[in-house]
This record gives sequence, structure tokens and C-alpha cells, in this order.
Amino acid sequence: MRQAASAAGAYRHILRRRAGLLALLLAAILFALLIDFTVGPSGLPWRELWQTFVRPAEADATYRVIVWDIRLPSALMAALVGMALGLAGAEMQTILNNPLASPFTLGVSSAAAFGASLAIVLQLGLPGVPAGWLIAANAFLFALLAAVLLDAVARWGGMNTSGVVLFGIAMVFTFNALVSLVQFTASAEALQNLVFWTMGSLARSSWTTVGVMALAFALALPLAMRQSWKLTALRLGEDRAASFGVDVRRLRVSALARVSLLSALAVAFVGTIGFIGLVAPHIARRLFGEDHRFYLPGSALVGAVILSLASIASKNLMPGVVVPVGIVTALVGIPFFVSVVLRRQLP
Amino acid sequence: MTGPVDAKSHAGLTVQSLTAGYGGEDVLRGLSVPALAGGQVTALLGPNGSGKSTLLKTLAGLLRPRAGAATLDGLDLTRLDHGERARHVVYLPQSLPAAVHLRVFESVLVAARASDAAAPPVDLPAIDRLLARLGIAHLALHYLDALSGGQKQLVGLAQALIRHPRVLLLDEPLSALDLNYQFHVMRLLRQETREHGLISLIVLHDLNVALQHADQAVMIHAGRLHAAGSPADVITPQALAAVYGVQARVEACSKGRRQVLIDGLEEHPG
Repeated sequence: MRQAASAAGAYRHILRRRAGLLALLLAAILFALLIDFTVGPSGLPWRELWQTFVRPAEADATYRVIVWDIRLPSALMAALVGMALGLAGAEMQTILNNPLASPFTLGVSSAAAFGASLAIVLQLGLPGVPAGWLIAANAFLFALLAAVLLDAVARWGGMNTSGVVLFGIAMVFTFNALVSLVQFTASAEALQNLVFWTMGSLARSSWTTVGVMALAFALALPLAMRQSWKLTALRLGEDRAASFGVDVRRLRVSALARVSLLSALAVAFVGTIGFIGLVAPHIARRLFGEDHRFYLPGSALVGAVILSLASIASKNLMPGVVVPVGIVTALVGIPFFVSVVLRRQLP
Repeated sequence: MTGPVDAKSHAGLTVQSLTAGYGGEDVLRGLSVPALAGGQVTALLGPNGSGKSTLLKTLAGLLRPRAGAATLDGLDLTRLDHGERARHVVYLPQSLPAAVHLRVFESVLVAARASDAAAPPVDLPAIDRLLARLGIAHLALHYLDALSGGQKQLVGLAQALIRHPRVLLLDEPLSALDLNYQFHVMRLLRQETREHGLISLIVLHDLNVALQHADQAVMIHAGRLHAAGSPADVITPQALAAVYGVQARVEACSKGRRQVLIDGLEEHPG
């Protein structure tokens, strides 16, 4: 490595480079969004898309529906859910000190799915929650429960990394079995609803769900960024962080609340989309290192790029059909998961 | 040492009848330690399980004591909140950070910025100077997960010192180090301690290192104080027999330095 005259100067240079990299990722998202917006089973030409986008009032009603009610919300939702899952995965890997942690791999998403399925099929939920929010509220409740359980096992059970992963997998199986049980009792119509949704699909995004997802992310990211120094310190070890003045318990609780909120909303709106929360943090770590001021937003942006690309792929895999995007991310994510397991000697 | 309480006895770090432990068990059992003064390296000695790490964790606020007090210049450390205490006390645990993809330079910056309390802002060149003082300036831009155990240990020291603590608590800082690094680290610690008037309390297993490098020694046994004073007064054949259960001699070498020589195990330890 080249020896810099002063490490401080070289470090400032590194910071500028990282900021540039974040900007580059942002540009990549915009580009992916644009492509995602332009491809779809209806095969609308560019010119029509653009005309409908800039002058919706003068456009054909069918085009208007395709552009404004289908393409735009689902493209935006892909980026937003990708960001949410990328951020949630990054925080989870730090808090649990576990490279295999993500909402999907450790059962937080499955728990949310179970909560949501209770609402979809049985209309069961917390009293007082308006009907339209039953799915989201249930998903959040169960996601939080799973996250707290995971934290308790990692912390108080004295379990090592592999132990926590196994516990998480046990939760995945349990909640998946419970979802199947709910499916079994469901009516044909509700079943149709549920099956489509458990595959993870962007097709039902609406402006309301896009707005709520954006709001949740806009809330979670600044809160996470405010704790970015503390989260980075936690990477040096819990005792060390505590000795540097970090209130570790408070930090964990607030991070887990954010993880639960983001993964629950993602599940409630688009179903279980796997592996984004696992893959994005690993790529972000390679690109930015673990300074959480860059690692957290980096992981969110990488998540958005991946899910946008997956969304584009899902429209091109089979002619005329949009494959549920969760299937695409799983097919890409599983080899990645295996490679993480093989590359790292987990304790 | 047990004279009347006056203003002077409040100076430094004192431990009074401290009881602390894990679960239902007390590890420290009413431990009292005479005041430790600034500018001195104190070796904390004792066999496994005697309560050395427990004492450091309690002083650092990671463990809540069940009884007793620890004061720093008259300030009761056990009553301070998290951030406030971290301004005075830094503790480095024995374990080294595992796979962390952080550059050495930023890991030191993080140590300075982690706490809530209004710590004085760190300027980046100060980190440059500190790393140079510790002889690891050339590692500044290396990643932590690519360093050797000894190098990580020195980075840990930089993380502690950048916080400008008054009290420096180190749990076996030499455990991962070869002979050369051991000497290097102890010499640095002594130098930093003197220059900045630190109260350094360091768990050491090697009694000869303590004899050679420490200004003071505190030996604890089964959660209580066995002896405190100069290393030569504390590390005696009698103490080694009573506390460690070994037959040992403490003899001057050809250069006049004291050395511990172990002959065997005590027939009737304790």
C-alpha cells in the first residue's frame, strides 16, 4: 500500500471517495428505475410512456392506468423495499454480530408473513386497528416478536453465531408451517390472495403503500444515521463499545425496532422478498467498509439497485408474464447465502 | 494507609468494600484497594478466578456492584451514568475484535466519537500523532481484520488513549504478544501513563513483567485484597505460596533485577 504523508489526509480522501460512491449508487438506482418503468408485459413504446407520464390528462385511459397505477408505483416500490431491506439487514448483521443475519434468513419476515396471513385469511388482529391497516399492524407485531426473541437468544442464551442462525432457521420453519396451516383453512379466494403474496410480488403496489413505505424509510434512516458512530463502535465488541460510552442495550432495542418496522412493512405490502437484506450488506461492506455513516446508506442503496434489477429481470424471464420478484431474488440469493457460509468460518 | 480521612486521601482511584459478581455468586467479596495515584502503572495480579476482570468491569461500569464504592478523585464512579463515566474511565477487554472491516484510523476515530457525553472534538491530525507515538502510523490505512494480534492490541491502546481518560483499565493487554511486543507495549504504557498522569490498572499474568515494568502492584485472591504496594513488596515467595499455591523464589539476576523462579507446587496450598 502506498504510504501517505499523513493518514488524516488520506482518510479525508477516502471519505470523499465513499461519498462519490454513494452518489454513483444513487445514479444507478435512477437508471434502474427508468428501465424498470419502461419494461412490462404490455410492451408500451417509449413515446407513449413518456407522453402519458408528462401529460396524463391527455393520454389514453388504458395507458394512464398502466403508467400511473402499475408501472410507476411498482418501480418505486421495488427501490423503496430494496432500501428498507438493505438497511434492515445491515443493522441486523451489526446488532447480532452475525454475517448471516437478515430479516428473511432469521425468520423475521416469516413471522411478519404469519401475522399478515392471520389478517388476510381470518381477519384476526389487534382490536382498534382500522381494517385497512390490519395486515401491516399484524406483520409489525409478529416481526417485532421474532426480532426480540432472536436478540434474547443471541444475548441471554449465550448462543454463538451458528446457534443463532439455527434458531432463526427454526423460526422460519415454524412460521412457514403456521402460514401453511392458515392457508389450509383459507377459502379459495383468500388462498389465491395469500399464495401470490407469499411469493413476494410488486404487482399490487399502490400510491398509498409507496407513500407509507417511503415515510417509514424516511423515519428509520435518519434515526439509524444518528446512531451510526455507536453502531460502528459496537463492531469493535460489546464491552469495548460500552466502555467508550455506548449504551448498548438502548442501541440494540432501537435498532431492532427499526428492523421490525421496515421488514414488517415490506412484508405487508409486497410479501416476503428474500435475500436482499442478506446480500446488500455484504456488498456494501466491500464497497464502503464498516463505518456505518456510509455502510448503512450504502447497504440501503445497494438493496434498491438489486431489487430494481430483480424487478426488471422478473418481467423478462418469461415473455408476457411478470414472475413474482421474490422468486427471482431467491434464485439469485441462495447461491450467495451458500458462498457466505462456505467462505466464513463461523464460530 | 488507614490514617484519618483527609482531602488528600480522596485523590486518585480508590476501591472500598466492593462486592460484585455474576448470577447468584459474588466474585469480589468486599474488596478494598488503597488509593492508586495518577502517573503510575499498577499491575493487577492474582490467579484465575480471583476477580481481576470482574474488578475492571465493575470500575468500567459494565457490571453493577452489589455493595461498596469506587471513587475517582472523590467522585463516586458507581453512581455515574454511562456516558459520564466513559469520560473518565476506559476499559479494554481481553478479547480482540474479530472480523471487522474498518481501517485502523477510523477505528480510533470511532472510539473518540462513540459516546454521548460532550467529549472534546477530535481533530484528525491528533490521531496521526497518536498512531505515530505508538509506532503504528504505517498501519493507519490498513484494515483491522488484516492485522496480527499484537497490532490489534496496539490499535486498542490507541482507541483507549484517544479518549484522554483519567483511568486506563487493561485486561491482559500482553496476552497475544510476543516478547518484543510485550516490552514495547509496557514501555509505551509507562510513558503515556507518566506523561498524561493516567491511573493505569493492568491485569498481568507474567509476574516478571510486573516486577520489571509496574510502579505498583495489587494482588487479589478470592475476591479480596491480598497485598498492595511496590511490586517487590507484593511479589514475595510467601504471597506466591498463599495466593498461587506455588513454591517460588524471588532472586536478583546478574543485572540486579528481581526475577520469579518457580520450583514446584505447594504441598498444602492456601
